[in-house]
Amino acid sequence: MFGKLTWSAIPFDQPIPLITSIVLILVILGVLALVTVRGWWGMLWREWITSVDHKRIGIMYGLLGVVMLVRGFADAVMMRSQQAFAVGAHRGYLAPEHYDQIFSAHGTIMIFFAAMPLVIGFMNFVTPLQLGVRDVAFPTLNSVSFWLTASGALLVNISLFVGEFARTGWLPYPPLSESAYSPGVGVDYYLWAIQISGIGTLMTGINFVTTVLKLRCPGMSYLRMPMFCWTTLASSLLIVAVFPILSATLAMLSLDRVFGWHYFTSDAGGNPMMFMNLIWAWGHPEVYILVLPAFGIFSEVFSTFSGKPLFGYRSMVAATLFICIVAMMTWLHHFFTMGSGPAVNTAFGISTSVIAVGTGVKIYNWIFTMYGGRVRMTVPMLWSLGFIFTFVIGGMTGVLLAVPPADFLVHNSMFLVAHFHNVIVGGVVFALFAGLDYWFPKAFGFRLHEGWGKAAFWLAFIGFWVTFVPLYWLGMLGMTRRLQHVWIPEWGPLLDWSLAGVAILVAGAAAQVIMLVVSIRQRDRRRDTTGDPWDGRSLEWATPSPPPFFNFAQLPDVEGEEAYWTIKLRALESQRLDPEPHYQAVEMPVNSAVGFFTAFFATVTGFSLIWHIWWLAGLGLLGAFVGFVFFAWRDVHEFHVPAEEVARADRARRAARTALLGERGAEAAAS
Amino acid sequence: MTACLSGCLSGCSPSLLDGVGPVGRDDAHIFLDALAIMLVIVVPTILLALWVAWRYRAGNANAVYLPHWSYSGRIEAVTWSIPILTILFIGGVIWIGSYRLDPFRPLPGPAPIEVQVVSLDWKWLFIYPGEGIATVNELVVPAGRPVHFSITSASVFNVFFVPRLGSMIYAMPGMVSQLHLQADRPVELFGQSSHFSGDGFSDMHFAVKSVDPAHYAAWLAAARRGPALDRPMYDALARQSGNLPVLAFGRVDPGLFHAVAMQQVPPAPGPQPGSIAHGGREAGGRH
Repeated sequence: MFGKLTWSAIPFDQPIPLITSIVLILVILGVLALVTVRGWWGMLWREWITSVDHKRIGIMYGLLGVVMLVRGFADAVMMRSQQAFAVGAHRGYLAPEHYDQIFSAHGTIMIFFAAMPLVIGFMNFVTPLQLGVRDVAFPTLNSVSFWLTASGALLVNISLFVGEFARTGWLPYPPLSESAYSPGVGVDYYLWAIQISGIGTLMTGINFVTTVLKLRCPGMSYLRMPMFCWTTLASSLLIVAVFPILSATLAMLSLDRVFGWHYFTSDAGGNPMMFMNLIWAWGHPEVYILVLPAFGIFSEVFSTFSGKPLFGYRSMVAATLFICIVAMMTWLHHFFTMGSGPAVNTAFGISTSVIAVGTGVKIYNWIFTMYGGRVRMTVPMLWSLGFIFTFVIGGMTGVLLAVPPADFLVHNSMFLVAHFHNVIVGGVVFALFAGLDYWFPKAFGFRLHEGWGKAAFWLAFIGFWVTFVPLYWLGMLGMTRRLQHVWIPEWGPLLDWSLAGVAILVAGAAAQVIMLVVSIRQRDRRRDTTGDPWDGRSLEWATPSPPPFFNFAQLPDVEGEEAYWTIKLRALESQRLDPEPHYQAVEMPVNSAVGFFTAFFATVTGFSLIWHIWWLAGLGLLGAFVGFVFFAWRDVHEFHVPAEEVARADRARRAARTALLGERGAEAAAS
Repeated sequence: MTACLSGCLSGCSPSLLDGVGPVGRDDAHIFLDALAIMLVIVVPTILLALWVAWRYRAGNANAVYLPHWSYSGRIEAVTWSIPILTILFIGGVIWIGSYRLDPFRPLPGPAPIEVQVVSLDWKWLFIYPGEGIATVNELVVPAGRPVHFSITSASVFNVFFVPRLGSMIYAMPGMVSQLHLQADRPVELFGQSSHFSGDGFSDMHFAVKSVDPAHYAAWLAAARRGPALDRPMYDALARQSGNLPVLAFGRVDPGLFHAVAMQQVPPAPGPQPGSIAHGGREAGGRH
């Protein structure tokens, strides 16, 4: 009846997952109770769960990403403390079968359920605003994408309480991940969680390629798009190109596991090498899917806070597309040590280091963006400068790993662990925090506390280096990754040093939480009434903070590379806004519950496939299909926002802008 | 520079850069060359970034403000050239290094010792086909002689790595990788698996002893007195177990390695029902 699922799936004998699960369940029940008591269900359902507004979806992606970032960070704290405690004869507090789940969950969560949702959240919130349009190309599909990602995240978290998670690393290399060597349900949780969220990501890619190519406001030619839109396009193109590979590869591994087929087994004609090639043909571009939008965020931040246009805009576009293409030609460097032969290793070593040309150009262009500027040392700017310092060093160690004979020494070592955290934390995570501070006022209408923001930056920056320098060092001493205990006592002090760095990072995370709490409490003092808190240059700053759900009363007409800056300069020079347009009714997509329903049934299907409850899997698929058909039959897709409502919203915005014009005019006259 | 950096890095335990043989030294050399090339670019870039940010800070009235300056063909030429030239240089290092340090390439000098390596869950089996002996978790080689390793796995992927001897290479089921290494002097080192292979992975390290010829002969003689590695013994070894002591076998089937690599001997079994490693959170998994 219930496949492999019995009461023994609940870890009653293991205190750590049991207590964590109970606390999690209590927190969830508490939140549900609060929502019920306050009577928020209707509001939540109408304004958020069924919303197809790209800004709301972006914020929900952000929330999901932050929650999972905390979960992944908790795993990291456990890993670092386990290794620090398990030196020499000690075995620490996590048995191998538990520790192996934690490092697998850490990588899986951080990439798929923290970094991806946060990056996609920014793409959602920012891109349509910057393009001067009212929504993405397929708003309902966007909601489906989000809820499928949430469904995958839910399955990963269910594995904490029901069954186990994969013990095979964040990429389940066969034959270890085949049923002969991993007979439990851990790998199945991994496969179905990633499979479901991967479909959501693929649809996001399709959505944003279409949005950028087809939905720009009048005058927004390709070479007038803000850099963030270019990186969204490049990242989405990569998603469309490589996520199908991921889906197919994981499907093949599932077929091996469920039906005993032999795609990747080491016997009966299967070939595990094929898995390595396929998974990294997705996996390496995935790094650039994450880091390209991060580069976009930094480009916006450097330009805005230097008070200058981005230096070498066309070079930046070229470098972005160059990285986008070369990213797909480097995957083999993940297994130089499998003996591919010198010709193959040379080719992939060179293609890998060639990517550094694109990133190198970007770094110099950001530096020259600051050159001749008036650099305001705000919180986003601190993250961006911290990024240059950190990422350049991470890039350097990356080029070392791209030299095959050097890689023969440090492949899979703690040096590698330090390297990829160096680029992913220094590149992606720093960008996410910069972007959070930068666009927060736009999303929520008030600014974040600057003092706590700066404290969070310095703690994260210092904590990062204190954590990862010892790991580089351990790699040079020969320590390999994923050790549950280390047998060489001399490595102990370095592991302790790294753990001290984690303590600083915990303080940094606490500073972020305090920053949020303090800012929310002081929100009335911190309101951004102007809509343009940073003296911005692109179109999102032309809207009020937060923007109305239809974004723009009238789609802007773009006249130059810096759409809003041109409008602003003209207004400042003439000391008045452009004449009030003739307001017209706006058509907006209606809300839809199809995303939520599809994801609900996807979760049911995924869970039943993991536990081999075939009848329930069939019901889940049927439910998802019925939901889809129901949606397709819908007659009303859009509703009209009356011209009066549009006019009312826009006149309020114009009043705020006129006041701002007076202020800035007075400032200009005074200086 | 090699000596200085390896000295700094080694602290109390010797680092990878302290190679004890030609391969280890050449790998380290290339590592340091590439590092030096990169540092020439990286250090000035970081300093430039910090200087520009400080020089053009909003509060600095002495710095000129160029609000529209966003293009310079000459600077663009430089910003593209610097990384391209660096990568051309690194590309040369990659090309030459990949061929010269190809793990399959035999080392010059006397005829190599043959060692066949089988990774098992979770221990290493070393077969010396020329001597007819085998060991578990201990690798003894004569100093100054090249060693030719043929490497396979009886179960999942592992990586054969002796940090200070040089290059690592994967041990893969159904495949044989080749590796040539040499220790120049008598020394005691450690080897390990550098690819996660399951719950017992942390114990997959082994002792490596490079000894002088006399000691090597004595060690061989002692090993020959050990029991035979027959099929039942091999099957017992192939079952999942960790933390095995050093074992020596005096006789071994000369076809064993080939049979394992070609999977004429079936792949080693995974976790058995009843073990924790069976992942037994599904029905019937926990007895």
